[in-house]
Amino acid sequence: MAMKQKTKSKIEVTFIYLFFLLMFIVIAYPLLWTVMMSINPGSNMLVTQLFPKNPTLEHYKWLFTSPNSDYLTWYKNSLGVAIANSLGSIVLTSLIAYAFSRFKFVGRKYGLYMFLLLQMFPVLMGMVALYILLTTIGLNDSLVGLTLIYLGGQIPFNAWLVKGYLDTIPKELDEAAKIDGAGHLRIFWTIILPLAKPILAVVALFNFMAPFMDFLLPKIVLTSPEKYTLALGLYNFINDQFSTNFTQFAAGSILIAVPIALVFLLLQKYLIGGLTAGATKG
Amino acid sequence: MASSNDSSKYSLKRPRNLATLLSIIVPGLGQMYNRRFLKGIFLFIIATSFLITTWDFLDIGIWGLFTLGTIPREHHSVQLLIQGLISVIVLLFGIAIYLFNIKDARSDAVAKENGKPNPGLLKGFTNFYNDGFPYFMILPGLIMLIFIVVLPLAFMIGIAFTDYTQYNAPPRNLLSWVGFDNFIDLFSLDIWKNTFINVFTWTIVWTVVATTLQIVLGLFLALLVNDKRIKFKRTIRTVLILPWAVPAFVSILIFSALFNPTFGAINRDILSQFNLIIPWLSDPFWAKVAIIMIQTWLGFPFVFALFTGVLQSVPADMYEAADVDGGTRWQKLKFITMPHLLFATAPLLIMQYAQNFNNFNIIYLFNEGDPAVRGQNAGGTDILISWVYKLTFETNNYNMAAAITIIMGLMISIFAFFQFRKTAAFKEEGRY
Repeated sequence: MAMKQKTKSKIEVTFIYLFFLLMFIVIAYPLLWTVMMSINPGSNMLVTQLFPKNPTLEHYKWLFTSPNSDYLTWYKNSLGVAIANSLGSIVLTSLIAYAFSRFKFVGRKYGLYMFLLLQMFPVLMGMVALYILLTTIGLNDSLVGLTLIYLGGQIPFNAWLVKGYLDTIPKELDEAAKIDGAGHLRIFWTIILPLAKPILAVVALFNFMAPFMDFLLPKIVLTSPEKYTLALGLYNFINDQFSTNFTQFAAGSILIAVPIALVFLLLQKYLIGGLTAGATKG
Repeated sequence: MASSNDSSKYSLKRPRNLATLLSIIVPGLGQMYNRRFLKGIFLFIIATSFLITTWDFLDIGIWGLFTLGTIPREHHSVQLLIQGLISVIVLLFGIAIYLFNIKDARSDAVAKENGKPNPGLLKGFTNFYNDGFPYFMILPGLIMLIFIVVLPLAFMIGIAFTDYTQYNAPPRNLLSWVGFDNFIDLFSLDIWKNTFINVFTWTIVWTVVATTLQIVLGLFLALLVNDKRIKFKRTIRTVLILPWAVPAFVSILIFSALFNPTFGAINRDILSQFNLIIPWLSDPFWAKVAIIMIQTWLGFPFVFALFTGVLQSVPADMYEAADVDGGTRWQKLKFITMPHLLFATAPLLIMQYAQNFNNFNIIYLFNEGDPAVRGQNAGGTDILISWVYKLTFETNNYNMAAAITIIMGLMISIFAFFQFRKTAAFKEEGRY
């Protein structure tokens, strides 16, 4: 009987590992394929091979050196928007979250409801309006306009997230400081902010990565190629002549995906912690 | 006794009523009556300068909101609509200040009636700072939120009730309010009705099937990895999270190439072994299958990571107690693990459905909503949001796009309703 139990368990474990193996293949295949594409010589997809006979780095070189390639400009644009977005979002959301977490004021409850409701409505749903609005006030085709939209759009979700985290910081700390004569801003600066560093790091990271990954807003807002961000630029790379530029697209994508994936894997623990804390403890 | 009380309740002889009335007539006057001159003058200046600086803007704005302009080429309906909406927002701010002024006059008068002395200048400032502090903190974010999120949404709602199309666009033409005509067209004209029904049903099927698949797969994998007998947990978890770490637009474009019927690797390298060629991009059914599979690939790691995090927090003694009682594995899953998981993650899972409902990226980047379908003006894989995109940027049917967006908003509100109910946040309100 015990023997039978043991074999049964062993068979089970084997099946579990087999299932993991299957998942690994399904996950790795497209990623591996992209890496292989990027080192295939030439640019015609019809003659590419999964394991090229003579691998080459010419496409990576092309991205940075060819006069036809705007890759560096796009990288610079994305980086600028990303930095402005991550710094701005920290300032905006930490102020809001502090007010909502620590003060009782008229309109507080409706404000919280509004955040919760608005985070369901992506900025995208207003795209008809955003497009017409931006063209009317002349902020279309501008990286500043794009950054402003990101900054405004991130508020509901992130304010909620940070507020949830601040709620977990004991209120006794502020009260002790208040007795010692510290003002609101001083409490915010010397007590709340240092303790909220983990969640603020998550917010900063989220908002730093968003401009690198987002494709639709840049597509609506930006029109001239020298203002493109990476995602939009790379999309237009392959959109015109899909099969002919794909190897260069693959090389360009890998240069974005690798750093983002690495940072992401390092920080995903905090991300999950922050999400569940923010959502359930509110 | 009671009646005399009633009549004196509204009597102007009582300072609180007089102060209130004075503040209603002229902002700041009630405060001066309370002998708080500095505050009174300050409020009076704010109120007058508000009126002087915004009067013309508000006047044109409100007029424009109602008429949308009267002279073609000279009046720009869209600009008037925007100005009208901004006017409403400014007006609301003004009303808020006005109400604050009235309330303030009354509460000061009440304090005076109760014999409290007026606070000194410094104390007054401190009070103002303390009470106003949360508002100062919120103000920058609130202004951005209003102009970047709320104003566009309001503008979009407005457009849905106008006749704004490619052929009827300012400044050449004036727009006019058409009531619910756009919605009636959407449900009565054949081309709109057929397209709407097809796109709508596919959006629902897409949301339910794709999201459920990614949740089920994520859950299943999380339970498997959590099994005590499994080794190399860290490595397995890292690999399983990879699809989430790679930017989605990159992976979708790669899948789009992989599924390409002529040069894509799936047909060329894998299915050709079995003598199969599937028209992944040109046949609506297969395109839908492909999109759902890709979304499952993209979406399960988030759910997996989420569940893995929560699983580690399930107290082990609950399982031990179940073992003592002779509970089977299935019973442990059903009565201990699942309730635990769902309680902690329900709001986030609802968000997953809401996100897929509006998942523009995958639809557009995979195939731009194609293949085209005969007899409708949306592609075979278009969901509502990508259809709206096409209506806006390809055929400039702004009014229809806005009307459909409103319908989407109503759908989203259903998700939001469940979200509110599931979010524990409001149950814990009142701690502060």
